[in-house]
Amino acid sequence: MSKNIIPVGPFHPLLEEAEYFTLKVDGEKVTGIDLDIGWMHRGHEFISETKTFTQSIYLVERICGICSTSHPLACVHAIEDIDNIDIPLRARYIRTLIGELERIHSHLLWIGLAGHFIGYDTLWMWAWKYREPVLQMFEIISGNRNHYGMMRVGGVAKDVDPSSIPKLYNILDDIAVKMDMIANAANDDPVLRSRLVGVGVLSYEEAVRFCAVGPTSRASGITADVRKDDPGDAYDLVEFNTIVMKNGDVYDKLVVRVLETLESIKIVRQCLDKLKNINGPILNDVKEISPGEGIGRYEAPRGEVFHYIRSDGTNRPVRHKVRAPSYVNIPTFEASCIGIPIADALITLAAVDPCYCCTERSIKVVDSARQPTKIDLLKISREKTDYLRRQINGN
Amino acid sequence: MGWYNKRLSKSIWVFHVSASPCNNCDIEILDLLTPKYDVERFGIKLVGSVRHADVLLVSGVANNKVAPKVKYLYDQAPKPCFVVGVGTCPASGCCFKKSYNVPGKVEDTIPINLYIPGCPPKPEAMIEGVVKLVEVLNG
Repeated sequence: MSKNIIPVGPFHPLLEEAEYFTLKVDGEKVTGIDLDIGWMHRGHEFISETKTFTQSIYLVERICGICSTSHPLACVHAIEDIDNIDIPLRARYIRTLIGELERIHSHLLWIGLAGHFIGYDTLWMWAWKYREPVLQMFEIISGNRNHYGMMRVGGVAKDVDPSSIPKLYNILDDIAVKMDMIANAANDDPVLRSRLVGVGVLSYEEAVRFCAVGPTSRASGITADVRKDDPGDAYDLVEFNTIVMKNGDVYDKLVVRVLETLESIKIVRQCLDKLKNINGPILNDVKEISPGEGIGRYEAPRGEVFHYIRSDGTNRPVRHKVRAPSYVNIPTFEASCIGIPIADALITLAAVDPCYCCTERSIKVVDSARQPTKIDLLKISREKTDYLRRQINGN
Repeated sequence: MGWYNKRLSKSIWVFHVSASPCNNCDIEILDLLTPKYDVERFGIKLVGSVRHADVLLVSGVANNKVAPKVKYLYDQAPKPCFVVGVGTCPASGCCFKKSYNVPGKVEDTIPINLYIPGCPPKPEAMIEGVVKLVEVLNG
């Protein structure tokens, strides 16, 4: 049996980020996949340890431009977890508002790109056209289209101007109408159905085995949503449904994202309703962070994002660890891509909405003469945990 | 090469090089092609191969792994080829300049003709940058 290799990347017309796939093919069928990452690694965890807590929030915003409020939110959750800092009610609603608007724009972005990947550029143009009003809402609230800089330890940096709320309602109504249209189109469109139904199936068992998170897992029937399971901010005060499908193919992932966008619109509307009535401070003054460690979780558009921060009582983190959702979603390619034709491989790769900027964190290689194996990495990791534990107990 | 540059300015074909950015500039570059901004009406087109490109749009800080590949891409592009640095990262290194994985300025890897600062720059700013490039090409 002859095996051929198709290299994709690092600079490929369809990939907006630099990444390098090696598809092993036998005729038309994909028999194996390998992924080379590291093209985007910029050493965030290292830089974060040289910055103050407030600066590191703006730094983690630059991990990824698409989920640029999920990382700061998880980061402030982690810092607030160290000292159990409370935040004002108005700030909680503003955080949820920004987080959900980001989910709408990220999912619309994915729907557009998915259309582009299957050669259906009409869908791309339409989805991105209706994404523009969301960016306009961001501009009204925070002053910037992306990288909003809203999060702070103990609250948010900027208040939502009460006079802008009617305008936000108008824009949101427009988005809701267009989203209904896209939802109906996704339901009816024969092109989308024939290209996506039954393609790249990730079964429930495989999703559990690879610990998939976010829409990838919810399309396979796993009910997991950090917003419900561990509600931070205002998520326990608003009503929304968790969307779960059961087939696990690319079409279900599309449907999950479309329906989640409709849920997000509901949440944004509830937040705006509350912001009209609730007045008060938006930022609690935090003087210093005491020694200790904290974790923060948030349901990013792609899944659960996790931040770990350790403080030694100074004004900067001693250790900052980031785990992005794509880190666990990318290995599911092993399950979903094997055995499908090459033509379907790219949409299957794109279906988990992989974000390589988020994923690429560092590995410390101790012995550079040889490649570290899994056992080596496990050993290094355990040694480090022991070291940290000793240090914490020593303090 | 004045006459050649003048021909180039009629319809600029751009190739997008993502040299370890945060995705934001890349998304805004794609935004330029979608109905609200639609730069294709000016003849500006995003192409799939660097061998068709007149202008390279570089975003990001070019880390140790990607920098040799960016140099390789630049060498492959037909000359004259103009390079536009999109965002703060190619201009100054943004917040990553102290990182162990960033070898230095993008300028040390490939020559950059025009910078569009901003984190990320607005699509309007990018259009203005390209218009300035067209003015220079026309002489």
